[in-house]
Amino acid sequence: MSGIRTIAVRLRGFFHKRRLEEDLDAELRQHLELLAQENIRRGMTQREAQSAARREFGGIEQTKESYRDLRGLPFLETFLRDVRIGFRSLLKRPGFTAIAILTLALGIGVNTSLFTVVHGVLFSPLPFLAPDRLVSLWERNLSDDFPSPYNVVSGGVFDDWQRLAASFEQMAAIGEDSANLSGDGGPLPEAIGTRFCSYNLFPMLGVQPIYGRPFSAEDDRHGASGTVILTYGLWKRRYAGNPAVIGRTILLNTKSYTVIGVLPAWFGYPDTRVQAWLPVRHEMPVEDMQSRGNHRFLVTARLKPGVSPAQANSELDAIQQRTHQQFPGTLAGKAATVLPLSENLVRDVKTSLYMLMGAVGCVLLIACLNVANLFVARAATRSKEIAVRAALGGSRWRLMREQLTESFLLTFAGGALGGFLAYASIRWLVAFREDLPRAGSIHVDRAALMFTIAVTALSGVFAGILPAFSATRKQLLEPLKENSRSLGGGRTRTRLRRLLLTSQVALTVLLLTGAGLLLKSFAELRSARVGCATGNVLTMGLSLPEAKYEKSSQKVEFFEQLLERVRAMPGMRAAGFVSVLPANGHFEDNTFSIAGRPPLAPGESLDAVVRAADPAYFTAMDIPLLRGRFFTAAERLENASFAVISESMAKKFFATEDPLGKTLIIDWEGKPRFEIVGIVGDVLSDLNRPPEPTMYFSLKFGRFSYGALVTRSNTDVKSFALPIQKEIARMDPDLPVSDVLTMQQIIGKSTASAAFDAVLVLLFAVLALILAAVGLYGLLSYLVTQRTNEIGIRMALGAQRTEVMRATLLEGLRPTAIGLLIGLFAGGACAQLISSLLFGVRPFEFMIYAGVGLLVLIISIGACSYPAWRAARVDPIVALRYE
Amino acid sequence: MAPSRGEVLQGTLDLIVLKTLDALGPLHGYGIAMRIKQVSEDLLKLNQGTLYPALLRLEQRGWINSKWGVSENNRKAKYYSLTRAGRKQLAAEAASWERMSALMSRLLQGTEGA
Repeated sequence: MSGIRTIAVRLRGFFHKRRLEEDLDAELRQHLELLAQENIRRGMTQREAQSAARREFGGIEQTKESYRDLRGLPFLETFLRDVRIGFRSLLKRPGFTAIAILTLALGIGVNTSLFTVVHGVLFSPLPFLAPDRLVSLWERNLSDDFPSPYNVVSGGVFDDWQRLAASFEQMAAIGEDSANLSGDGGPLPEAIGTRFCSYNLFPMLGVQPIYGRPFSAEDDRHGASGTVILTYGLWKRRYAGNPAVIGRTILLNTKSYTVIGVLPAWFGYPDTRVQAWLPVRHEMPVEDMQSRGNHRFLVTARLKPGVSPAQANSELDAIQQRTHQQFPGTLAGKAATVLPLSENLVRDVKTSLYMLMGAVGCVLLIACLNVANLFVARAATRSKEIAVRAALGGSRWRLMREQLTESFLLTFAGGALGGFLAYASIRWLVAFREDLPRAGSIHVDRAALMFTIAVTALSGVFAGILPAFSATRKQLLEPLKENSRSLGGGRTRTRLRRLLLTSQVALTVLLLTGAGLLLKSFAELRSARVGCATGNVLTMGLSLPEAKYEKSSQKVEFFEQLLERVRAMPGMRAAGFVSVLPANGHFEDNTFSIAGRPPLAPGESLDAVVRAADPAYFTAMDIPLLRGRFFTAAERLENASFAVISESMAKKFFATEDPLGKTLIIDWEGKPRFEIVGIVGDVLSDLNRPPEPTMYFSLKFGRFSYGALVTRSNTDVKSFALPIQKEIARMDPDLPVSDVLTMQQIIGKSTASAAFDAVLVLLFAVLALILAAVGLYGLLSYLVTQRTNEIGIRMALGAQRTEVMRATLLEGLRPTAIGLLIGLFAGGACAQLISSLLFGVRPFEFMIYAGVGLLVLIISIGACSYPAWRAARVDPIVALRYE
Repeated sequence: MAPSRGEVLQGTLDLIVLKTLDALGPLHGYGIAMRIKQVSEDLLKLNQGTLYPALLRLEQRGWINSKWGVSENNRKAKYYSLTRAGRKQLAAEAASWERMSALMSRLLQGTEGA
């Protein structure tokens, strides 16, 4: 109660300052007068009486001051005064202010936008029911040839886990596929990304369709009638968001399906490319769902309450071990991996995001150091003013507060600007980093806002506190005693500036090193020899629906006809077809054995990547024939029992003998045999991995129904995209074409994230370098100005100009050298942390460190040379008079 | 800062002012200062200036209020008087002061006796 009252009267005091001040004046004057009158009565003279009265009363101004403190809102009043002073002194130097605000805006802006991304991607909870109990399951170390902790799960193993594992409440399998959508009255057939899933996936995630119903156990059965659930995107786009689509029949790969539901708009699991969901057991042949060797499912599961992922993992490990004892030779994981779903979704981008977060942290730190440095420099010119005020009773806190207010004004202006910057850049960031998972959960929310405010405040304190301390340190009277001719002036302050600069240089070097490593790595990636032609190659994806092209001969005929027609186009140089394009991923491998060799020990198997290619593919793509021959056009269907292997496959499996003429027995249905007739050069399936042993089979064998057409021309090959699509439509109007891309685009796609990281960090590093150079220049100019007098004396006493110049230069380069060393060491340490992002570069690449060192040194010398030159030009006569 | 020099302890000034106004009725600042000087017979050394912030504090708490009037020398002067809340506060503080002083003297005597 009395608290509110106090505030009320204080508020009154705050707003009626002038009247109350007059009242106080009158009251005190009256008191003094009465005291003096009393004294006169006692026999003093007028003057004696008055001074005795004042003595008795005590300090009038102190009384007023403490009275005022009580009366108004002294905190607010001085704060407003500080703000006014701050504004005035900032506006007086618009250059300084603009640089400081821009620097801070940049620092705060990039931090906010990256925080928003990191927060959305890494930390916001998944939008599912009790997401902390959701996990991803993988088979681990499937084959010794391709060891990986994250192998997709086979139907048989999924069954084992569902049956035997007690750690899980439920488990759902997800398989990837694509389908040809037609027969719904839509304008054109369309290839859409589809996913198979166990019927319990949606209830397990807690997702309810916005229209219709989820799958039931009845739908998820071999032989059930076809059902499909549409994603929101497809429903909006193709069916104009019409709820009446529920119950309608559509054709997927020419088979009919009933639409039973539409998913909510926010649902984008496991990625946003999925357009429709189908029940897995309805789609997959029964034998595939039982095979332990046919791997194709992402498995998502819900842990029982209280079970940790580690416990679940050891249970699955044990199941896998038993499987291997029971069925030696199956291609099943030797163990399993259980990963919280939230982690699984981001495991590819985590390091990269953390690295970028670290980089922008450095940028902000540098910005703060720079502003602090500017403040210290400025405080130097005001040291006498501050000393005088301190001597007159200005409290240290009061003086520091002024400095802090100024730095807060700057940082908050920077923060506001940075906030806008962040808002604009996030959209760009999300658009650029297409591979970013969970992009939907990235938005500027309250957390981002709080972060901006917190970072801004922190920067304000950081940039203000050091200068404030240094400006108001204990020996306040020193500057007063220093006259303009004293030589050692402001030594502590100079030391502080050097320290700030050293840290700034160190951080800059750290950023530059990181940028250097990432750039080199990116360059390596880009120049990685894919092993085939990449310039002016157009590709487009095709997938023949199994229902319509049931027989092998139908498939082969289609491909033959297609290639014939495409090759006949005027200006077309070459055309070919391959099941999986280079640099487009591993995608498919299979186990095999080599005829004539002793059988392998149980549990062991040979494994290699599988590709199908038409006879002209290799020549069309400039894949060199090393030995033997390619397929021929005449080898068709059962006569196409030949294989071509890659160089690395020859080295790996035929180290001591000639592979040509040997026979591969592939573990497909019927164990077909293929004679090796040729060896071709290696082609990378992943740019950042060494070539994988690969075996090619003829497209004319008739097993493969999907892949990509590759075409080359002497003119711009992109102009063929439309004519080819029209040709395909003439052959089969229901057959959609997907992913019309050039090889450059495919390579660009797979290196986009590396490019993004490298360019961003480089940008930050260049920024840091500029700031450091400006800082160095400022420090040295300041030193020279401060020492003009001293330099003059030295020169008058006979010092040489070159000597002076060298000394000044060294003065400026010392903080650089120390910062450089620290930065290089820190860079080495951080390089280890980001080694998973590096390709073809060792974390301790000497050239990069040397280059960074040299660059920083040259820039520093450049920044220091003008002040040093000025020092050498000092005229002793003028200098000695210098005030 | 030794209390033996008779400087006013923090908080006691409030009590003194309240008691003075209670005993003498409305007074201006000078009057209060004179009264304190008189009663304490110069044992209490008071910078008269410090009285004014104290008066303001008491007024802000609602224990006294002030009115402009005319002083002995025919000048405008601000007269302070005790409010009802002030009277209550005075009673409470006087009681607690007495309790404290009784406790102190018992304690000091006890120490001497031991």
